[in-house]
Amino acid sequence: MTDEIRPRPHQHGFPTPEDLPGDTSREDLTGADVYSDGTEVEARSQWLLFRRKFLRHKLAMGSIVFLFIVTVLAFFVEQITPHAFDEPNILMRQTAPTFEDWHLFGTDQIGRDYLTRVLLGAQISLRLAAIVAVLSTAIGVTVGALAGFYRGWIDSLLMRITDLVLVIPLLAVLLVASALFGGGDPVRIAILLALFLWTSLARIVRGVFLSLREKEYVQAARACGASDLRIIVRHMLPNTIGPIVVNLTLVLAAAILIEATLSFLGLGVNPPLPALGRLMDDGRSSMLTSWWLIILPGIVLVSIALAINFIGDGLRDALDPTQQES
Amino acid sequence: MLTYALRRLLISIPVIIAATLLIFVAISMSGDPLADLRQQPNITQGQIDRVRADRGLDQPAYVQYIRWVEQIPQGGFGEYMISPREIWPDLRRVATHTLQLVIGAEVIAFGIAVALGVASAKRQYSVFDYTTTTISFVGYSMPAFWFALILQVSVVTIWQVTGIRLFPLANLSSPNPGTGFAFFVDRVHHLILPMASLAIFSIASYSRYMRASMLEVINSDYVRTARAKGVPERKITTRHAMRNAMIPTVTVAALSFGALLSGAIVIETVFGLDGMGRYFILQLNRRDPYPIMAFLVITAVVTVVFNLIADLVYGYLDPRIRFD
Repeated sequence: MTDEIRPRPHQHGFPTPEDLPGDTSREDLTGADVYSDGTEVEARSQWLLFRRKFLRHKLAMGSIVFLFIVTVLAFFVEQITPHAFDEPNILMRQTAPTFEDWHLFGTDQIGRDYLTRVLLGAQISLRLAAIVAVLSTAIGVTVGALAGFYRGWIDSLLMRITDLVLVIPLLAVLLVASALFGGGDPVRIAILLALFLWTSLARIVRGVFLSLREKEYVQAARACGASDLRIIVRHMLPNTIGPIVVNLTLVLAAAILIEATLSFLGLGVNPPLPALGRLMDDGRSSMLTSWWLIILPGIVLVSIALAINFIGDGLRDALDPTQQES
Repeated sequence: MLTYALRRLLISIPVIIAATLLIFVAISMSGDPLADLRQQPNITQGQIDRVRADRGLDQPAYVQYIRWVEQIPQGGFGEYMISPREIWPDLRRVATHTLQLVIGAEVIAFGIAVALGVASAKRQYSVFDYTTTTISFVGYSMPAFWFALILQVSVVTIWQVTGIRLFPLANLSSPNPGTGFAFFVDRVHHLILPMASLAIFSIASYSRYMRASMLEVINSDYVRTARAKGVPERKITTRHAMRNAMIPTVTVAALSFGALLSGAIVIETVFGLDGMGRYFILQLNRRDPYPIMAFLVITAVVTVVFNLIADLVYGYLDPRIRFD
């Protein structure tokens, strides 16, 4: 890029509008400035830089497309496959993947269409992960923001609680919690997961807030009489959005994998709902003769988690200001 | 440094107490621990009442918790809720097995991850580098139990096709494992598949740290100096760069030890190993709070201790870190 960024007139320490070349009154709101000789200069905002870098990340873009397709398939599974997920067909039990009767993923031990079951399982995973992501982000941001903004005893208290959650063995406690309070229900399990998956985000947000609260623009906002809530929400949170979004992808992938593990151990989502982990647990008994029963749900599960992680990687690269555009 | 360690240890005691109290209250709130007992036909109401009074179940949860804590120094972890059997002998047996599995997995994971990280950092942006990075992403996104199942299917398929049985699919030992060295070889043979399944996630995660820190070190001034004064490239890698680059990876490995114990729950279930994880699942399905608590306390303590070890090792290996 050879064109330089023209300093904004309102920024201090930069030339006043009179010193600038061209006609500043023609500056429009799209960010493109026009010099008097007619050449256009594109203002490169943080957002623009981010978008440009992210769109260039092939793996992340491919993953978004893939994830979109899987999500559509999973959520419209009833319209897409000609079978119901719990409809047995005793004539076609344990059939390998075939075009016959559109059993593209084969059938299970009692002849239910496996594609329908796997897609429905993917839908349960995605739904559950979305709930976990929203809830845990809300908790993590709130805890981290309060601790970092107010410091003092609030900080100590909240960080000790965070330590507490970090020291307990996550999977074991989730198994106990799910056995006692989960009841095999995806929403309740999602809430339980969220109660344990907010800690890393809280630490990250706290760290960013600790440094942001000393920045001049925050002090300026305070001098203007802005309330604490306004400073946090309007001035500090927007500058924390990068780490929050990256962490969101990590939580999504982790939630999907943990739910699969819980269900595999029989303490997650219960039948009749076909969670992916449960499908693989059921398929285990006949996996030596019917490979598709464990391989196919596994591939779907791994590709969803992988796609989410690739997107997270792309976001991380794009948000990293030390990585220059090549 | 000793005062630092002591202070850290003292800080973690209230954290563990709070964690166990929370878990204990949650378990005792969640239902009737004597439900199994009530369903047995030859148990009278009098016997149930006696067990209730004996265990203090008629008292509030925090009183039960204090009673439970008091017995730890004397009787290990006490008896099971229903049967008058000691928990500790069982727990010690399964913990030994889990320790063998987890330490083996940790050693394998660390060795492979360091090798992969160094190799891909040395050839940054090569085909090898891209391949390992991508594979580590896959390892990161794969549930351990699925990998374990695939290993089992592969071993059986090889067995069916070639007639060679590479690894056993379950249990810790053969029916006649022998003694001494033969026993050891037999145990390792049985544990290779479980260790590999448990290690795969750690390999993925450690190798990423190793690659990143190796890249940082390779481009540092003292490595350039070493190269300028004519130190052979191999020696630069092993003596100058690798040793420093390993510091963050060692820390991550120590921090992840608790997670490996969690992973053992799944792996031991898949391979039918008589370890802590499978013991935990069995007791959880019986809803017996005492052995569950014992498991959680042990894993929490191990996690805290390894977090502390991670800090201390980091300070020991990297003299720039000061404890005060």
